Amino acid sequence: MSLELFLLLAAALFSVGLFGALTQQSIVMLMMGLELMLGGVIVGAAAVWHYITPAAADGQVLVVLAVTVMAVEMAIGFAVVTALFRAREVDMTDMAAELKE
Amino acid sequence: MLDDVIFWGLALPAVAAGVMVFRFDSMARATYALLTSLLCVGGEVLLLGLDYLGVVIVLMMTIEMAIMAVFMVMYMMNPAGLMPMTMVHNKKGAAAICAAVFAVLVAGILLAPWPSRRGRPPADPTMDLGLSLMGPQMLTMMTLGLALFATIVATVVLATRRGRYDRFGDDLKARTADDAVRGGMGR
Repeated sequence: MSLELFLLLAAALFSVGLFGALTQQSIVMLMMGLELMLGGVIVGAAAVWHYITPAAADGQVLVVLAVTVMAVEMAIGFAVVTALFRAREVDMTDMAAELKE
Repeated sequence: MLDDVIFWGLALPAVAAGVMVFRFDSMARATYALLTSLLCVGGEVLLLGLDYLGVVIVLMMTIEMAIMAVFMVMYMMNPAGLMPMTMVHNKKGAAAICAAVFAVLVAGILLAPWPSRRGRPPADPTMDLGLSLMGPQMLTMMTLGLALFATIVATVVLATRRGRYDRFGDDLKARTADDAVRGGMGR
């Protein structure tokens, strides 16, 4: 176990999430990609706290921030999907763009 | 030694489940793959000694994915994966971008001169976090609180079917609300 291993895990999660966020057409699936990316950020922040500055709480605060961003992203994402679905009966990014007036 | 086993036992499923999220046809399976991945992330945080945050992540992700599964069934075209279909665009370009991002991150991780460990972890990291959030990091905490409150308001505004502009006109000057079904106290 070392800092590099944890950061490699974080980078892998981030890249997989980025792939999902870029490729998926469905908005809900796109949000799943964003969640994975934030999961990578959480692992990275926790590892930096543990291996570099365990005495300061700033790394922990970064984890709290990432968790909050996750919650906000999820809530706003579902609200936007609800609004979009109600207005246009679509759940995909490309269709939402095509139907633009 | 045991820590190494736990690390790999959580890291490999985390990445594998993350990949499977975008390979499953069934949306329900994709949701549970994401849950597996994020639970492993919570496990890694626990392994790093952040007990409170690890448990928060585990609990939050469980509830979040349960909600996500409900939304999946509500909105998605193909919730059960009974009709295999691909809903992706620009797969090659995205794969190239992600490979490049991963390569840059790995190069940075392996080449950067990481500083050595300074200080020791406090006996109770949770206490440390609480004191920090209620002390020097108060601005962060207040910003997060405000952002969460704004999120509550924004989600209600976005998700509501008929807002006050629908009910009281564009300038909100209508004496009575224009509701589909009238009712209540002589309206």
